Amino acid sequence: SDPRAVNVDLQTDATLQVDISDALSERDKVKFTVHTKSTLPNFKQNEFSVVRQHEEFIWLHDSFVENEEYAGYIIPPAPPRPDFDASREKLQKLGEGEGSMTKEEFTKMKQELEAEYLAIFKKTVAMHEVFLCRVAAHPVLRKDLNFHVFLEYNQDLSVRGKNKKEKLEDFFKNVVKSADGVLVAGVKDVDDFFEHEKTFLLEYHNRVKDASAKSDRMIRSHKNAADDINRIASSLYTLGTQDSTDLCKFFLKVSELFEKTRKIEARVAADEDLKLADLLKYYLRESQAAKDLLYRRSRALVDYENANKALDKARAKNRDVLQAETSQQLCCHKFEKISESAKQELIDFKTRRVAAFRKNLVELAELELKHAKGNLQLLQSCLGVLKGNT
Amino acid sequence: MAASSDRNPPPFPAAEDPEPGLVDPADGDSDEGEDIFVSKTNPVSVSRGVSQPDRGAEDPPDLFSEEEEASSTTAKSNGVHSDDDSDLFAEAHMELNTDKPGSSAKKELSASSGPRSTSTSTQSPAAMQPTSLEQLEEEEAKDSFDVDVAITNPEKVGDGMNAYVAYKVSTRTSLTMFRSKTFSVRRRFSDFLGLYEKLSVKQSLHGCIIPLPPEKSVVGMTKVKVGMDDPSSVEFVERRRAALERYLQRVVCHPSLLQDADVREFLERDDLPRALNTQALSGAGFLKMINKASDAVNKMTIKMNESDTWFEDKFQEVEAEEQQLRKLHAVVDSLVNHRKDLCGNTAVFAKSMAMLGNSEDNTALSRALSQLAEVEDKMEQLHQEQAASDFFIFAELLSDYIRLLGAVRGCFDQRMRAWQRWQEAQSTLQKKREAEAKLLWANKPEKLQQAKEDITESSNRSGSTASITVICLWESRVTQYERDFDRIGMTVRKEVLRFEKEKAKDFKSQIMKYLEAMLQSQQRLIKFWEAFLPEAKAIA
Repeated sequence: SDPRAVNVDLQTDATLQVDISDALSERDKVKFTVHTKSTLPNFKQNEFSVVRQHEEFIWLHDSFVENEEYAGYIIPPAPPRPDFDASREKLQKLGEGEGSMTKEEFTKMKQELEAEYLAIFKKTVAMHEVFLCRVAAHPVLRKDLNFHVFLEYNQDLSVRGKNKKEKLEDFFKNVVKSADGVLVAGVKDVDDFFEHEKTFLLEYHNRVKDASAKSDRMIRSHKNAADDINRIASSLYTLGTQDSTDLCKFFLKVSELFEKTRKIEARVAADEDLKLADLLKYYLRESQAAKDLLYRRSRALVDYENANKALDKARAKNRDVLQAETSQQLCCHKFEKISESAKQELIDFKTRRVAAFRKNLVELAELELKHAKGNLQLLQSCLGVLKGNT
Repeated sequence: MAASSDRNPPPFPAAEDPEPGLVDPADGDSDEGEDIFVSKTNPVSVSRGVSQPDRGAEDPPDLFSEEEEASSTTAKSNGVHSDDDSDLFAEAHMELNTDKPGSSAKKELSASSGPRSTSTSTQSPAAMQPTSLEQLEEEEAKDSFDVDVAITNPEKVGDGMNAYVAYKVSTRTSLTMFRSKTFSVRRRFSDFLGLYEKLSVKQSLHGCIIPLPPEKSVVGMTKVKVGMDDPSSVEFVERRRAALERYLQRVVCHPSLLQDADVREFLERDDLPRALNTQALSGAGFLKMINKASDAVNKMTIKMNESDTWFEDKFQEVEAEEQQLRKLHAVVDSLVNHRKDLCGNTAVFAKSMAMLGNSEDNTALSRALSQLAEVEDKMEQLHQEQAASDFFIFAELLSDYIRLLGAVRGCFDQRMRAWQRWQEAQSTLQKKREAEAKLLWANKPEKLQQAKEDITESSNRSGSTASITVICLWESRVTQYERDFDRIGMTVRKEVLRFEKEKAKDFKSQIMKYLEAMLQSQQRLIKFWEAFLPEAKAIA
C-alpha cells in the first residue's frame, strides 16, 4: 500500500510532487533520495533528486518552527529518528548464537530478523516522506525558500547537530513554554472556537499518547506469539522427520500448517502496526503540533494584551506614545493573522484526522477479515486432510 | 461449597460448555455417573483409542463378529482376556523364533504357565513379524476396555493448613468384575500417589509402563488452602483435576493394570486407607529415580550383548523423542505466556481506545472508536480462551508424554537389571560348580558333606525337608532369572508398542482438538470485525 497515503489524506498536486524514491541504510545513518517533480518556475529543472539525511529533515522542520511568519500554521511534525538499534542488536545476537541452533532454525530466524529490519526501514522512509508531502501540500509552506533549497540543492546542507549551547537554549525555551502552557491553559479564551479547541486538544493529545503506547505493547505481544508459533512449527518438523510413521506424517502436516498460520499472524501484527499504531503515533505528533499552534496564538494574545497595557501607560504618561501605538498595532495584526489562519488550520486538522482515521480503520478491519479468513481456510483444509487420514 | 464446580473445564467456545444439572455434589448416586459421561466430548479427555466407536470403524467385519461370539461364550468372573487360551498356542510357536536357541524348551513352559500370572505379559511378543503386530492390534481392539472414569467436583475439605481437596472419582463400566455398572468414590491427591506407589513396586508389573500421576505442588496447594476462589487457584485446581483424570484414564486403559486389585480398590472402595510416605513419590521424584537407575545401568561392568538390536534402537528413539518434546514444550510454554501478555495488553488497549473515543469530537468517529474498543475487548476474551487451549490441550499433552517417556525408559532399565541379576546368578553358579569340582578333586569328602549340610539347614528354614545341593539351588535361580528376563523383555516390547499406539492416538486427537479450537476462534474473530466494518465506513 502506498506509504504516502497511509497516514494522511493528501491531494497530489501536479505543480509539486515530492517522494522518497530510494533509501540506503549505512552503518548508523540512512540516506534518503528525495525526488521532486514540479511545474513551478522556482526550480531550475522539472524533475530532480537529491540525497538527504535525517538531520537535514530536522533542520527544515526547525526552520519552520522558528519562522514567525508561520506562527499561525500547524507545522507538520518532524519524522522520528531512524532507529535500527533494537533490530541490529537482535541480528547480532543471532550471529553469536549461530552455533547453538540447527541450520534450518538459523536460516529461518535470519529471514525473520531481516524482514523485521526491512519493515522498520520502510516505515522510516514512509514517515520522512509523509513529512515532505505535508509540506508540499500546504499552500504557504510549499513556497518556503528553505524547502526549495532542501529539495534542490545537491550538496550537503551542512546542518550539524545542535551544539551544547543551542541544546541548552532549546531546553529553556521548552521550560518557558510549559510554564506558559500552564498560564495559558488557565486563561479562558474570549473566542468560543479556540476555547473549545484548547480543551479538546489537551485531552485528545493525552489520550492519543496513551493509546499509542498501549497499541505498541499489544502489537509486540502479538509478534512474540507469532514468533513462538514459528518455533513450534520448526520443532514439530524435527519430530516429524524422525521416522516415517503415521504420527510423524501427522506432525509434518501440522508443522506445515503452523508455518503458514504464523506467517498470517505476523502479517496481522504488521498490519495492526501500520494501520493502528502508526496512525496513533502520527496523530500524537500532529496534535502536539496543533497544541504548539495554540500556544503560539496564546503568546501572541499575551503580547497583544501587554502592548495594550503599555499603550495605555504611554498615553497616561504621554511619553513614547507613537512607539507604543506602532508596537500595539503590530501585535494586534500578528494576533489576528495567527487567529485567522489558526482557525482554518484547526478545521483542516479535524478534516484530515477524521479522513485518516476512517481510511485506516476501514483498511484495518478489511485486513483483519482477510487474514482471519485466510487462517480459517488453512485450518479447515488441514483439518479436512487430517481427519481423512485417520 | 460455592467454589466447587462440577465438570468445569477452562472457558472454551460455546460448543464445549458443561451441561447444567451436573451440580449435585451428592456421592455414590449411580445416576450421576451417567450424566457426567454424556458430555464426554471434553476437550481435555485422553483419547481412549480402544473405545467402542473406534472399534466398529477399524476392524474388518468378519473378525469383529467372530470375536464378539468368542468373548461372550468364554466370559469369566474377571471379564477380560477371555481369549487367552486360544491365542496362547500361536504365541508359543512364535517364541521359538526368539534369540535364545538353547532355552527353547523352557520357553514353552513359561508360555503355557501364562494364564496363572496376573499380568498379560505372555501375550504375543511384539512386532518381530508383521503378522504378530496385526494380531496384537486386533487383540487390543477386541478386548472390551469398557471402563470410563471421570474426575469431577473438587471440594475443599477442612480448613487451614490441614485442608485438602477431595475429588469425585466416577466409574462407568460394563465389566462384571466391578460391583456395579456405575459408581463413585471420593479421593484426594495423595490417594492417587499411593496408587502409583503400589503399582510401581509390584514385581508382576515389571516392564509395564505405569502411568505417572501429576506433580506435587506446594505453592499451588498452599494457595488453595488459603482460598479456592481466586483465578490462579481455580486454574491450579482445574489443571490438577484434568491431569488426575488423564492419569486415571490411562491406568484403566492398560490391560494389566485394570486387572490389578489395587486399581479396583481405588475405584470402588469407599474408605481407602490414607497413603503414607508419598513424599518421595511424585512425577519428579520418580524421574529422579529413573535417572539414577540409568546411571547405574551405564556403569554396569558386564555389558549386555544384544543379539537383537530392537531394544537398543528403541531406547535411543525414546531418549531422542523425550528431548524433542522437552524443546517443544518449552516453546509452547512461551506461547502460553505471550498469549497471556497479549490478553492483558489488549484489555488495556481497549480501555485507552474507549477513552480516546470519548474525547473525539467528531460524532461518527467517536462512535467508531468506541466500537473498536469493544472489538478489542472481545479479542481479549478470544486470546484468553486461546491461551487456555494452548495450555490445557497442547502444553499438558506434551508434559504428560515427557513424563511417560521417562517411565518408558524406566522399563528398559528394569529389563537391564533383570538381565544383570540373571548374569550374576550364572556367574555365581559357575563359581559354585568350580568350588565343588575342586573339593571333589581334592578328595575331601568331609568338607563336601559339610557344605551339603549347610545348604540343607538353610533349605529347612524354608520348610522343605528335601536336601538340595547348592548347585541345584543356583541352577533353579538361573532358570528363574532367565525366565524373568525373557518375560520382562516381552512385556517391554508389548508395552512399548501399545504405548506408541496410544501416543499416536492421543497426539492426533489432542492436536486436532487444538486446531478445532483455533478454527472456532478465527470464526468468531471474523464475526467481530464484520460487525465493526460498517461502523468504520460510516465515519464522515
